[in-house]
Amino acid sequence: MSDRHHHDDDHVREHDRPLSGPALRAKALESLLVEKGLVDPKALDQLIDTYETKVGPRNGARIVARAWMDPDYKRRLLEDATAAIAEFGFIGRQGEDMVALENTSKIRNMVVCTLCSCYPWPVLGLPPVWYKSAPYRARAVIDPRGVLKELGCEVPEDVEVRVWDSTAELRYLVLPERPAGTEGWSEDELAEIVTRDAMIGVAQVKAPGRSQR
Amino acid sequence: MNSVHDMGGMHGMGPVEIEKNEPVFHSQWEARVHALNLACGFHRRWNIDMGRHSRERIPPAEYLAATYYEKWLRGLEMLLVENGLVTAKELRTGRAESKASGVSVLRASEVAGFLRVRRLARIDEDVPPRFTPGVRVLARNDHPIGHTRLPRYARGKRGVVDRDHGVFIFPDTHAMTRDKKPQHCYSVRFAARELWGSSAPARDSVYLDLWDDHLDPA
Repeated sequence: MSDRHHHDDDHVREHDRPLSGPALRAKALESLLVEKGLVDPKALDQLIDTYETKVGPRNGARIVARAWMDPDYKRRLLEDATAAIAEFGFIGRQGEDMVALENTSKIRNMVVCTLCSCYPWPVLGLPPVWYKSAPYRARAVIDPRGVLKELGCEVPEDVEVRVWDSTAELRYLVLPERPAGTEGWSEDELAEIVTRDAMIGVAQVKAPGRSQR
Repeated sequence: MNSVHDMGGMHGMGPVEIEKNEPVFHSQWEARVHALNLACGFHRRWNIDMGRHSRERIPPAEYLAATYYEKWLRGLEMLLVENGLVTAKELRTGRAESKASGVSVLRASEVAGFLRVRRLARIDEDVPPRFTPGVRVLARNDHPIGHTRLPRYARGKRGVVDRDHGVFIFPDTHAMTRDKKPQHCYSVRFAARELWGSSAPARDSVYLDLWDDHLDPA
């Protein structure tokens, strides 16, 4: 299991210190469920590996880059996002019914789940802590401009803000605006600059300077 | 139910803080809890709406104090006991009193397929829609003690149907009695000013996905 702690040396290895609180309780529950024959720990490993290494915002970035490159794909994405995203093989759990929301110079879309933590797993992976946090869930609907400003993404007064509260099984993916200065870029290069936060709608995609490419 | 999980529009929660280079899980136990939830869901003893309702029933003060995966752990424990996969005593002692019988367990080789299967929230059933896009609707001012996907901040507010998503399971009954009650689910646009008053920006809006049973003609 230790090989899963590849992401950051700053994170203390869980098994190097005594378990407490929820860690202990989770371990006790897993042991009980294994003893009862209700779960297979190897399946748990496989599930964890899937969400740590196979599913994540790189998937969504490929969708966005394709839509920027290919007007026909973009049309399909906006008309039937589920089918257009399935063309990449991104299907299944928490992405069964997808909707793509196009940002323009006049419209800014932003996605939230005020009631829980609904999020399009197949294209963005599991949601970050801030998306599931009380501040975001509370404020995104009543003060989206304030939240966006705090996050460095201020919206001009003449631009419309549309907040999408994920109260059903529809899952939303924001198609951000393609930044200026990316003319002639390849699809892979474009996918590199598309961020998770831009696909949730709390950031815009920025083209790095030529020296950074 | 009118509890703290229904957070839309609340004040005082503080700033939104984005963690740079956030790992998928912050510790091993979080990863195990996430995986346990999925693996236990494989037994199909409960549905996703019952799952959401379990976490909503965590007492408010505890809900607010708990981290995300602590809530998922609490919810899973409730679901396991309430649906007869584990007894309360087993949960308390951590010792199995009997082996599960007649269950098939999710195996590692089945995980990829399991995650790709479409759960059937959308239902292929010919139910006529009560509303069409462009029509004005009023979100009901109901306060059910059970599960609902109609947040408090939209109740009693007027909106316009933006699009009809088709026929879906109705979570409000599905969570409580397992009754799917298939009906149309719509994206409904509410002007920010309708929801939050005249100081809200004139052109902004909030879209919610709501079902026929949440709406009346306006």
